[in-house]
Amino acid sequence: MVEFLMPTLGSDMTEGTLVQWKKNVGDRVAKGEIIAEVDTEKAAIEIESFHTGFIERLITRPGEKVPVGTVMAIIREEGKPLEQVKVEVKAETKPLVEPPPSIAKTTVPSPATGPGRLRISPAARQLAAELGIDPSTLKGTGPDGSIVRDDVLRAARVGGIPFTGPFPLRGDDKGEGQVSADRQTRIRQTIATAMARSKREIPHYYLSTVIDMGRAMTWLKGENLKRPVADRLLYGVLLIKAVALPLRQVPELNGLWKGNAAIQSHDIHVGVAISLRQGGLVAPAIHHTDKQSLDELMKRFQDIVKRARAGTLRSTEFSDPTITVTSLGEQGVETVFGVIYPPQVALVGFGKVVERPWVVEGQVVSRPLVTASLSADHRVTDGHRGGLFLAAVDRLLQEPEKL
Amino acid sequence: MKTSLRPDEIKKTVLRLLGEIAPEADLAVVKPDISFRDQLDIDSLDFLNFVVALHKQFQIDVPESDYPELITMDGCVRYLQRKLAQ
Repeated sequence: MVEFLMPTLGSDMTEGTLVQWKKNVGDRVAKGEIIAEVDTEKAAIEIESFHTGFIERLITRPGEKVPVGTVMAIIREEGKPLEQVKVEVKAETKPLVEPPPSIAKTTVPSPATGPGRLRISPAARQLAAELGIDPSTLKGTGPDGSIVRDDVLRAARVGGIPFTGPFPLRGDDKGEGQVSADRQTRIRQTIATAMARSKREIPHYYLSTVIDMGRAMTWLKGENLKRPVADRLLYGVLLIKAVALPLRQVPELNGLWKGNAAIQSHDIHVGVAISLRQGGLVAPAIHHTDKQSLDELMKRFQDIVKRARAGTLRSTEFSDPTITVTSLGEQGVETVFGVIYPPQVALVGFGKVVERPWVVEGQVVSRPLVTASLSADHRVTDGHRGGLFLAAVDRLLQEPEKL
Repeated sequence: MKTSLRPDEIKKTVLRLLGEIAPEADLAVVKPDISFRDQLDIDSLDFLNFVVALHKQFQIDVPESDYPELITMDGCVRYLQRKLAQ
């Protein structure tokens, strides 16, 4: 039996309103499936379940506002008999069993905790993962200073959680009770908080390079000529993939800054900046970006843009980006000097493609060029590594068929 | 199959399709000779979705090289009249 809790989705979130349950008592819910829609004062967000099982009880009623960490529902885990409930509760105060493998990357202990293992009860570890809290930043009050469930809950309530990204603007605000209007002001405030924190805390450095897009554009044109209209690829998808792949070679740029240390992410989840027509922007993650084919990426990109604008993004899409890509070319801008989304450590920007003179094999020719820029956290990387990364992006775009 | 549609019918359909793609955009003020991008903040993905919608609605194939003809309302009307008459 596990508890489904009101998660925290931002540093200043202390409570949330249940908009609706997506499951009924007795329904099966799979890990990663949407279980509820929660309004966080800034947006309605679809919350995913961290467990697979059956809904045993729905405690919170739609329209009810509850603090972060409140038990909202009970899920009976699949394949687990009722007797195990007691075992799990015991494990909280006296960790006898091996902690479960981390659910979210945020549970990876940071190097700041030293070579020893982080002392944390399995229940606290799981709760921290569900609430998106990095346990290495917590002070334990349990036996021998170990972190227990209460420590995690306390941290969640005081809001000591790193900001995880801007929130979506709900495109279709039907004014359902507490789900109030005026989201534009609030989304602006959210962006203000994140960007002020970024400029206050992150020592940015900036690099840029001009990339010849001739081969990539020709390849894309040929590819799209063969495809029915619904299967055509957008140029932006090539850029997203061309950023994701080199992160395997320069992994320092792919991760978060938490507590006082950099945490590289094993997985590459590129956040894609999407501007909203009403104003503001969101940058949700396309999970495992490096592993998707261009076709898959295109479908995922279409889907995420549509949902960003409709206000139906999922909680993990906000919490999981490990780097962000922004493309301002459509607005006619040539170069982006990006501001990093804390707690990420890098942002890659692309301007518009311009036809300019370019020297190819000693001849001046007209080529489509794009300026790629990198804003990176100098606490984590130096210009040398950043330069290697941008050079790798350039190389990949010269061989688009390898993307 | 030859069909012919009056310009105002085409306009109405184009506006409906744009409305489905960009429900947040204000379609009441669309000027016929200014690009959808400049008026409605339509980006490349919206535009692709628009072309897909035209394809479904009118059963026409729109190669990428024809995209520039579809960026304004006047352009859409001309292009669709020509295509549908073929």
